[in-house]
Amino acid sequence: MAKLILLLLKLCILFFVVHAVFEDQVGKFDWRQQYVGKVRFSHFDTQMQSSKKVLVATESNVFAALNTRTGELLWRHADKTGPEGNIDALLHHAQDAVLVVGNGRMLRSWDVNIGGMNWEILLDSGSFRSACLVGQQGTVKHVAVLKKTVISVHYLSNGHQKWIENLPESEIVDYQTVYSGGNGQVFVLGIVPHSHITIVVYSMEDGEIIKQVSVEAPWLSNIPVSCVVVDQGILMCVDSTTMSINTLDLHQQLHMTQIPLQSLGLEVDPDFHPSLVSHQPNPAQKPLSEFFLQLGPERFLLLQLNNGQIVTLRDFKPALLASFATSGEKTVAAVMSPKNMTACSINLFSADTGRRLLDTTLIFTVDPNGGKPERLHVQAFLKKDDSVGYRVMVQTEDHAVTFIQQPGRVMWTREEALSDVVTMEMVDLPLTGTQAELEGEFGKKAAIQDGLMSMVLKRLSSQLIMLQAWIAHLWKLFYDARKPRNQVKNDISIENLSRDEFNLQKMMVMVTSSGKLFGIDSKNGGILWKRYLDNVPSNAAFKLMVQRTTAHFPHPPQCTLLIKDKDTGLATLHVFNPIFGRRSQVTPPALPQPILQSLMLPLMDQDYAKVLLLVDDQYKVSAFPSTKNVLQQLQETASSIFFFLVDSSQGRLSGYRLRTDLSTEQVWEVVIPTEVQKIVSVKGKRPNEHVHSQGRVMGDRSVLYKYLNPNLLAVVTESIDMHLERSFIGILLIDGVTGRIIHEAVQRKARGPVHVVHSENWVVYEYWSTKSRRNEFSVIELYEGMELYNSTVFSSLDRPHAPQVLQQSYIFPSSISTMEATLTEKGITSRHLLIGLPSGGILSLPKMFLDPRRPEIISEQSREENLIPYAPELIIRTEWFINYNQTVSRVRGIYTAPSGLESTCLVVAYGLDIYQTRVYPSKQFDVLKDDYDYMLISSVLFALFFATMISKRLAEVKLLNRAWR
Amino acid sequence: MLLHFSQLPLSTFGKMTRLSPFKIALIFMVLFVVCADFVCCNNGRRVGDPLETELSGFSVPLEHSFELDDVAKFESRGSLLLKTGREPSVSLTQNQLSEEDRAKLKEVAAVDGLYRIRVPRVFLQADRQTEWQMEGHLTAFVRACAMVESHLSDVITLHSDVSGYLIGVSIVTLPGACRGTEVEDEVDLEVFNTTLSIIAPVNAPGPETALFLERMELESEKKGKNTQEQKSFFAKYWMYIVPLVLFLMMSGAQDQSGGGAGGGAANGGGR
Repeated sequence: MAKLILLLLKLCILFFVVHAVFEDQVGKFDWRQQYVGKVRFSHFDTQMQSSKKVLVATESNVFAALNTRTGELLWRHADKTGPEGNIDALLHHAQDAVLVVGNGRMLRSWDVNIGGMNWEILLDSGSFRSACLVGQQGTVKHVAVLKKTVISVHYLSNGHQKWIENLPESEIVDYQTVYSGGNGQVFVLGIVPHSHITIVVYSMEDGEIIKQVSVEAPWLSNIPVSCVVVDQGILMCVDSTTMSINTLDLHQQLHMTQIPLQSLGLEVDPDFHPSLVSHQPNPAQKPLSEFFLQLGPERFLLLQLNNGQIVTLRDFKPALLASFATSGEKTVAAVMSPKNMTACSINLFSADTGRRLLDTTLIFTVDPNGGKPERLHVQAFLKKDDSVGYRVMVQTEDHAVTFIQQPGRVMWTREEALSDVVTMEMVDLPLTGTQAELEGEFGKKAAIQDGLMSMVLKRLSSQLIMLQAWIAHLWKLFYDARKPRNQVKNDISIENLSRDEFNLQKMMVMVTSSGKLFGIDSKNGGILWKRYLDNVPSNAAFKLMVQRTTAHFPHPPQCTLLIKDKDTGLATLHVFNPIFGRRSQVTPPALPQPILQSLMLPLMDQDYAKVLLLVDDQYKVSAFPSTKNVLQQLQETASSIFFFLVDSSQGRLSGYRLRTDLSTEQVWEVVIPTEVQKIVSVKGKRPNEHVHSQGRVMGDRSVLYKYLNPNLLAVVTESIDMHLERSFIGILLIDGVTGRIIHEAVQRKARGPVHVVHSENWVVYEYWSTKSRRNEFSVIELYEGMELYNSTVFSSLDRPHAPQVLQQSYIFPSSISTMEATLTEKGITSRHLLIGLPSGGILSLPKMFLDPRRPEIISEQSREENLIPYAPELIIRTEWFINYNQTVSRVRGIYTAPSGLESTCLVVAYGLDIYQTRVYPSKQFDVLKDDYDYMLISSVLFALFFATMISKRLAEVKLLNRAWR
Repeated sequence: MLLHFSQLPLSTFGKMTRLSPFKIALIFMVLFVVCADFVCCNNGRRVGDPLETELSGFSVPLEHSFELDDVAKFESRGSLLLKTGREPSVSLTQNQLSEEDRAKLKEVAAVDGLYRIRVPRVFLQADRQTEWQMEGHLTAFVRACAMVESHLSDVITLHSDVSGYLIGVSIVTLPGACRGTEVEDEVDLEVFNTTLSIIAPVNAPGPETALFLERMELESEKKGKNTQEQKSFFAKYWMYIVPLVLFLMMSGAQDQSGGGAGGGAANGGGR
């Protein structure tokens, strides 16, 4: 019998958490969007006329090919994050794309068509300077890589090294550029600052130095910034101090010729550093003799070098951006110039004459909520009549990439800012017009102001509106039903957004590191609004808070974004409506002092906006909104408002209490000596978390009460000493009001990175065990014991007894990227941990497996309690992956939000990709299944109903007959 | 049946009242973005002058402050005698409250002021006596009314970290609540009734593999026994089983397809 029970128990472990998606449910409740990051290099695939591919290498270390017709990814390769995977250069020739990765660590060649790797070689150490393709007699067969001390040449076909040479005098000369004009020579240009340029010419055949020259140029400091090579190997440098162009023939001359810009009849903006742009259509041929000179932020000149003389072909003023493009033998110059406030026009010019080509105007509409255009990538092609057509890819400051076709049709836009989401919130959608009407009717204010008669009228009118809406709805249903199913479009625009029955559709407000905000429909991932904040510092920290939800009609919902410069601590507030993305009419306060801490109070002002408190570096508190009402409320409750500050550089945690005059006083202090350990993370509980049950029923029907302290902080420390034997991580549980250390534990022989989830009465953390060299999970649970101290309210100030602490650890077979717990409306549903793995999977691990009460020896009571017997290893089951085969690259964060259904939790995982889905930790216990047979149940009901009617009638007849007898 | 029950959420017993966390103490657990330096600007703070006693231990002052205007002004309450070494221990000698202080404490309690304590930061495992003293203090507080109503019976806990640095101090009173009961100051507010302890961090357990393996071995042994029993079962009853099987095979040759379907359904049910 015991065996049978054990078997059943095992079965139950095996089966009750199976959450695999059915095949027909794929993509029904979930969606994924893949991104590449901010584009650093791009090349159009021009080998075939019909090719529709653009190669991009990005600042997120991603190399990808995009379909130019749709903007979708054809293929994508994400390298390691950080400097190790940094893409230094992208060279493209015919079918091959060569990447230099990780500061010259790797040289990789990819097949452009299928995205497969041709070869990869490890380069010698040394910091990367420059790379170029080397052509000879019209064909390109080699790639040259210049490093700080060496130059190496590799075969394009297999990556083998042809030759490698040490650079002469590399300790004095800073070599910066490599150039080849396709004539069997490789030029390496180096510089000795404030002195001269060194030019070393190598023979392509064997790497022999043909020539080595020094040319005086004391004003030059950076060759790639101020110089280009044009025509037959003529170096052109622009000197911003003397405002002149200096030319140097790399083949013959020994000194530079100075041509003042004034002699060309050009006046120069004194504050602007002029720059040059040249173009080499084919690495096997010489560059063009035409080049662009940028003279001001809105001025470009197309110049030509003609027998040593510089000729102005055309002056573009105003012009924002300029770029060359080649198709076949023809090279064109594309220039973008501002047209009016909202649009720019792009025109094509013949590169060799500067003549404007007819019918080549293209209008680019500048998104008022986006950034300014930053770069122009032009794809030119020859039309059937031999004229040049083109498409452009415009990159804007907000990392967006827009692909435009003539005469201005936007083919696609990619919002690459979304590849770096920093923080997000999910906001309920507003009610529909009719629902809002009802709300308005029964609103408090209305009832007081109006009399009886007008209330009746109002009721009638709202009923009428509802009837109208219902008829419209019916009509739409009828209309849609006649159409074939795939034609029924569910177009959701910002106007018809409304909350659905179970509040499953929400607005995802995403904040990206570029400073662009997005409002995304959680149902299908469509971007409903976007707004670029252009004054965001590059090292900003963001905190997004919902001050007013949609529940307070007619007040619009309100979100506040705190943008803080990490260096100076100065902060600004952006207040906006999360549904429409519009800036709110409320003016946020100016914050002249650096901000240490911000906290959201549950207090509300008369307009139902929660109060945001900002603590500055003088420990003064300012409130937003700061109306009289708010200040009065704050004064009343000041003595019960506590907050804490963490200074990890000094290991100091300190608690403060608010005073009635909005100053603060320090009430507790805990100092963790920084010589031994450093604070790596402090986690509180989520304020919107609900715990349904205060205790757990034990096997003997007694109750073990949970220690549910909403003010509890989990502080994680890591040891400074990183030695395998002596390293440790520390876990401190501190009450945030009183500063009382509830529990203090050390995990010895362990190391970070530590991922922590803190919820209900438990803390789960993951660390690396240096002793066993594996990832381990540990769970701490806190219990008050068999009786509750004060069951009605919890107060940190009145809880004298320390809780019981239970802890257990487990082995986890994978490292993890991020971790979060599911969250539901009322907290009845059991909890799962959502774990983002580096492999791109998102694992939904039931919290039941992380339970310190899992018994080592099974007893009758533990079985009664449904505890799973302890097993040291947590096993990853493939059906626990909530994203099945939809890999989410580089998960950085997981956001969970409750829905209107208790069983359902909405999940968004973000990193390079964004993935949204729903999880049902206790299965859908409050939802009928998809295949629920309504027909059967209703027909049975009807049948039973009629059967009772008939049998009743029959019984009556029978009784009557009996009575007559 | 077991299978079915475990699918339901586990925490659904209804007699408990819902927790209302924000009723008395409000604190807001906030994502913190605070790393700026700050200077402690508590006026009137003086570093305690410890009295060296024995070689194995030393004493540090325990100070308290209760003021009507809530500006901390620490005065000596007693001295803590800390024994250093592997297992640190602590004892306390403390003064009585003067009449003046008693009156003040009651006044502070009446306006719901705070009763604060502080101890200097020390390093318990220093070899030399000069090393154990460190810059700064550790502070904690309790409501003054709780102090009064508990008749000065408090529990003070000192927390040290792994290497023996004192990192925190906490104070709670027993009982902890403020009910507004009358307290006679001569009798009840004279002598502190303090429970003092020093707590070092506990070692968190690692994964428990040894016990599990032992259990597995035991189980497999049991299993071994069971298979033997099973063999004997078949050996015992083979004369009944074989004719039965034969009979089934003979009679149900064409029923086999139905049997297969049944098996499939069973599998489906398992899922």
